[in-house]
Formats: sequence, structure tokens, C-alpha cells
Amino acid sequence: MGIKWDEFFITGDPLILGSQIAILLTMIGAVAGITYLKKWKYLWTEWLTTVDHKKIGIMYIISAVLMFFRGGMDGLLMKAQTARPEMEFLNSQHYNEIFTTHGVIMILFMAMPFLIGLMNVVIPLQIGARDVAFPQLNALSFWLFFSGAMLFNISFVIGGSPDAGWTSYFPLAGKEFSPGIGNNFYAVALQIAGIGTLMTGINFIVTILKMRTKGMTLMKMPMFTWTTFVTSILIVAAFPIFTVALALMTFDRLYGTHFFTVSGGGMDMLWANLFWLWGHPEVYIVALPAFGIFSEVIATFSRKSLFGYKSMVFSILGIALLSMVVWVHHFYTMGSGPAVNSFFSITTMAIAIPTGVKMFNWLFTMRKGRIKITSAMLWALAFVPCFVIGGVTGVMLAMGAADYQYHNTLFLVAHFHYVLIPGVVFAVFAGLYYWWPKMFGFMLNEKIGKWHFWLFVIGFNVTFMPMFFLGLNGAVRRAYTYSAESGFAPLFMLSAIGSIVLAAGFAVFCYNIYWSIRYADRNISSDPWDARTLEWSTASPVQFYNFAKLPEVKSLDPFWHMKKKNEGLTLHDSEIEEIHMPSNSWVPIYMGVIFGIAGFFLVFEWHIAAAVAGIGIFAGLIIRSFDYNEGFHVKKDEIHRIENAWRKTEGEVHDHVS
Amino acid sequence: MEHHQSKSFPISHVIGFVVSLALTFAAAGIALKTNLSFKVIMWIIGSLAVVQAGMQLFMFMHLREGEDGKTNLVNMIYAVFMVIVIVVGSIWVLTSGHAAH
Ligand code: HEM
Ligand SMILES: [Cu+2]
Repeated sequence: MGIKWDEFFITGDPLILGSQIAILLTMIGAVAGITYLKKWKYLWTEWLTTVDHKKIGIMYIISAVLMFFRGGMDGLLMKAQTARPEMEFLNSQHYNEIFTTHGVIMILFMAMPFLIGLMNVVIPLQIGARDVAFPQLNALSFWLFFSGAMLFNISFVIGGSPDAGWTSYFPLAGKEFSPGIGNNFYAVALQIAGIGTLMTGINFIVTILKMRTKGMTLMKMPMFTWTTFVTSILIVAAFPIFTVALALMTFDRLYGTHFFTVSGGGMDMLWANLFWLWGHPEVYIVALPAFGIFSEVIATFSRKSLFGYKSMVFSILGIALLSMVVWVHHFYTMGSGPAVNSFFSITTMAIAIPTGVKMFNWLFTMRKGRIKITSAMLWALAFVPCFVIGGVTGVMLAMGAADYQYHNTLFLVAHFHYVLIPGVVFAVFAGLYYWWPKMFGFMLNEKIGKWHFWLFVIGFNVTFMPMFFLGLNGAVRRAYTYSAESGFAPLFMLSAIGSIVLAAGFAVFCYNIYWSIRYADRNISSDPWDARTLEWSTASPVQFYNFAKLPEVKSLDPFWHMKKKNEGLTLHDSEIEEIHMPSNSWVPIYMGVIFGIAGFFLVFEWHIAAAVAGIGIFAGLIIRSFDYNEGFHVKKDEIHRIENAWRKTEGEVHDHVS
Repeated sequence: MEHHQSKSFPISHVIGFVVSLALTFAAAGIALKTNLSFKVIMWIIGSLAVVQAGMQLFMFMHLREGEDGKTNLVNMIYAVFMVIVIVVGSIWVLTSGHAAH
């Protein structure tokens, strides 16, 4: 089928050869380890086939941490290459591949799954439900995301990485200028992962609308639930646009159509237009849940309910609405003319208003609160000033006329890292420290957590602050080197040093996970932070059915009031009833694998093989349609036993903070 | 939402029917009996068509009735918003200014 087998594996680069060997050894090690410990069955029944939202969430989070490592490595390589002028560490092609995979992986395979993982773990618990609306679909979402992520990640050892930027603009990304298969990986892998994300969006909309426990009206939902809800709506609104754009890209690259190919009468800017019609909402899809996490953390550790709840809800809705009508600010320089550029300048600047409202709400929540400085709270505190820098530079960029100066410089790169890192990475760290005890029944070490925090935040600022000035001085983005005469060298060096501190922070984070798994105290209360929402009213780690009896909600911060009034906390034997739960299924992971195989063939343009694998996809759909498994019932005895085990220790250890 | 009993007089259907006829004849009249330019005629009858389609959704398609009435309405508004943003927005952006050349 015209494949050049000698180009199948990437050869000739020592860095990549090293990774190939490392990947091979890791895989052998993992398989050998699991076999030796006889864990295959455990892995299969407890994790790979699970439909439990908490376990799916944890798998999302583990994948996201791994992807953070991969994307972070890419970032460090780039920083190393630009540390000195005219370095010869990476050549320009390699640099192109690395910033492309870095961008895609960080946004789609790190930020998204990290947040979706936390949503999975927390949302059903926060609304007092036993699972999401469609548990098996949820598992399918995860496996499709995972399949897409893996397909994208192997590109750098097999076949070659995409190299046209995370935006993959045409004409560069077309067959004419990128004849290799690298960009096929982009088109196909993102398509597979995108299907998973779209299904997550649908799942969470239905879950939040239909599965809230008794008494929880929309305006009594916790803020993280609200942001997840609105994010899910944005996913359903925006992802189909990307699906279509990627499909057209695939047709152009694989089957010779000319939707975006200028030489064939296509319209290259239509790609940019469709990409950002999805791409801008996408950045709010990752930012909004993060805002929700900060709202929970700030309220809990200020020991007050959230200030301005209603205005918070309306600003989320306002941000979501506006985020659909600002996409052109990414390509003002295309030259759509004054009317278009002015319109989009105004809508973009308008987003600052609801965002500002939220900022003040968080500040007023802290005002006169009895603030506890935990690791989670530290991330929230650092978020405020850092994100404001990102936001203010965003308003500078929003001005169409001024953007002609900033466009394509490192000023822009600094800006979006200043929104994405405080807005997403700080948030997932805050969320992880905060919900970790709920997930695993022990806490992350607070002292190591503070090292993690300070190294990471200082490193982040030292890395990206110089980039603003480099950009204003004219340093362009996506350039693999610069001359000594440009005078950029000192700031680039400073930035590179910052990235080492940043990486040290991440290393401490990994060490914290290791340390806490080994040594942390397992005998902790199920509510170690003295928190406010329902997820803390049940055991840690949460029993598989979540709640023995579904809680009843009378106000905002329901658990806080239950504790205050001492009602609804106990469980009488008479209240225990059998619980209906969904069964595990092998279909989702099968679909992930078969989608991955079909995708792989498609990337290599082996159409017949891809069609055969496509039959496997249909087989999976048919098998699922004839699946009459109704789930199972948890017997009263078992519930009794599980509930007694954790309720006895309740309240023993309460003071684990500071 | 009001529920229509099968017995009561279907007043909204009658109104809908009459208004539909009026809008259709208006469109035909403008197209056949006036000397307006082609472009203006297209704009007018196009707008009348949209008005009529919208009205029929309410009068005949029971958009707001039944237990899902509100949901239907929200979905329709959402769909219209998305179409305007994606289709009209893209056309506007890609056909004005330098992008047009
Ligand atoms: C962890 C530390 C990080 C470092 C050291 C880092 C560094 C960099 C560098 C050096 C570039 C390329 C600049 C150039 O154009 O030459 C870049 C681009 C980019 N980064 Fe990061 N970054 C980090 C984290 C993140 C995170 C967390 C995200 C998203 C959630 C992210 C998203 C992006 C995107 C979208 C691009 C643009 C890629 C492109 O040009 O196509 N980065 N980053
Ligand atoms: Cu944007």
C-alpha cells in the first residue's frame, strides 16, 4: 500500500532513540510487574471495565498527570533550545514538532482530562447521586479519550509528529506543504478523543439536570456543579464544530478534497475560522470548571459561604455566551476589515466584566473569613494575582488595532500561559489537594505541598514574565532560535532558569504523591477540611454506591448546615434499602482499542485495513445494542457492613489542617 | 403552559392558518405585483418566510405545550443562536475586508 517501511520508525535522532528505548523498557517492565504481582484480573475487573464514576475520574487524572509530564518535557526542551542564541540542541523541524505536540497535549490531553477527571469524581457526589446518568457511556468517553491520546503520543516514535502548530493552519497543514503523515495523527487522534469529550458533555448535562438529590434546586447547586454544567453545554455547542473541521481536514489530506486547499479552489482561512469557533470556547471549557474549583476551595477555607452566589451564576452564563462570539480575536491580522475587527474587539473586552465580577466575589468571600492557609488555599490565593496579569494582557490583546503589534510574538505566548497555568493548572492542583482525601482516604502531605506550591509558582512567574518583555521587544513565537545581536539572550536565559524551578516544583508534586501513598496517616475523618458540600458527608474513600441513603438538601452548602443543626448525619437500620447499581462492561475498552487501531491505519492511509477495523467498531455498537444487562442489587447486609465500618470512626480525628 | 383539550375550539390553529395565508399572499403579491429590485424582493420574501416558519412552530408544532414545552423552546433558541453564530458569523467574517479578495 505504498508505505515506506524504513520510515515507519523514526530513526537517526539520539533523543528519539533514547525515548524509544525508554518506552520499550517501561512497557516490558509494566507487563512483567503486573504479571509477577498477579494483578491482571484485579486490573481488569476493578479498573479497565469499571463504570464507576470515581474510578473513571481517577483514571482520567492519572492519564492527565502522565500527559503533563510529557507536555512539560516538551516545554523544557524548548526552553533549553532557546536558552542561548544560535543553540544547536534542536533543529528547526524538531522544534516545530515539539511546540505542536506540547500545545495539543497540554490543552487536550492534560487540561481537559484533568478537569473532566475531577468532575467525574466530584459531581455525582456533590449533587447527591449514585453515579452519572449514563455510566457505561462515561467509560466509553474515557477510553476514547485515552485511545486518541495514545495515538497522538506515539507519533513521535512511529511515523513522525505533526509540526504545523497546535492550530494546524492551512495551507501549511495541507498535503501540499506537509506531505508526511505527521498531520494525519493530528486529524485522526483529535477526532477520536473529541468524540469522547462530546459524550462527556452530554452525560454531565443530563446528570446535573436529572439526577440531583431531593431539594437541590438549580440555585442550590454548589458552584463547581454550576460551572461543570455550563462547561458541558459549551462542550456540546463547540465540539461538533471541531469534529466537522477535523473531518474536512481528514478528507483534504487523505482523499484529495479541497475544502481548505487554496490550489484547488478551497479557502484556507475557513479552517482558521472553524478552528477558533471551537478553539475559543475550548479555552473557557477548561477555565470554567477551574473557576468552580476555586469557588469551592475559597469558600471552604474562608469558612464562609460564597459571596454573591447569584452574580457568580450569571457571570458564568455571561462568560459562556460571550465566549461563543469572540473567536475572530485570534486572527485579526487576517484583515476582515474594521467592522468585523471592532465587533470582536468589543465582545472580547466585554468578557473582562463578568470575569471581574467573579474576582471580586472571591475576594469578598475571603473578606472577614477565618482563612486557613492550606496547600489547596494557597493555589487559590496565587491564582488571583497571576490570573489578573493574564486577564489584563488579554484585554491589551483584545484591541484589534493593537493586536497587529502583539500578534505572533512571545507576548501572546506569555499571555496565554498566564491564563492557562493559573486558570487551569493551579486549579487542578488546588482540586487535587482538596479532594485527594475523598478519593483515597488519606491526605497529601501539606508540608511537601507547600514546597511544591512555592517552587511551582515562583518558577512559573520567572519563566513567563520575561516572555512579555521579549515579545514587546519583537521576539516571535514558534522560532527555534535567535541571533546574539538581537539582545534577547539574557531574558531567554532567565526564562529557561525559571522553567527548571517550575520542573522542580512538578517533581516535588510527584514526590508528594509517592510520600503520601507510603506514609500518610490512613486514620482520618471523612470530612478533614470541615467542608460545606455533600461529597464530604459520605465515607473516604467513597463506597461504590456513594450514599447509603440519598441526602436531602434544604439550602446552599447543605453539609455545613447538616453539621450545624446535627440533622441527617446518622443512618438508622430502617433507612437502609437495597441499591441498584450498573454492572461493569468490557465494551468501552474494546471500543477504545478498536478505535485506536482503526485510527492508526487511517493515519498511515492504509484504507482497506482501516475499513476492516471499522467493521470492529460497528460490531461493538451492535453488541452494545443487544446488551440487556440490568445491573445488580446491593444487599442490605452488605450496605450495613460497609456503613458500619466507616461511621464508627466518624469524628475521631478532625484536626488535620495546619 | 396551557393544555388544549380536544373538545375546545382550536382558536390558535385558526389564527395560525389565517396568518399563514396572509403572509403567503403578501409574499406572492410583493414578488409578482411590485416593481422592486430583485434583491429587495428576495430580502422581503425571505424575511416573511422566516416569520411564517417561526409562527408555525408555535401555532402548529405545539412548541410550548406538553411537559417538555419549556425544554423545546430553550432548545430552539439555542439552535437558532448557534446557527446565527456559526453560519452567519462565518460568512460575515470570511467575506468582508481583505479576506474577500
Ligand atoms: C509547564 C510548563 C510549561 C512550559 C515550560 C511551557 C513552555 C512553552 C513554550 C516554550 C512554548 C513555545 C513558545 C514558542 O512559540 O516558541 C509553548 C507553547 C504553548 N504552550 Fe506551553 N508551557 C508550559 C505549560 C503549558 C500549559 C500548562 C499549557 C496549556 C494548558 C500550555 C499550552 C501551550 C500552547 C497551546 C502553546 C502554543 C503551541 C503552538 O504554538 O502551537 N503550555 N509553551
Ligand atoms: Cu480566544
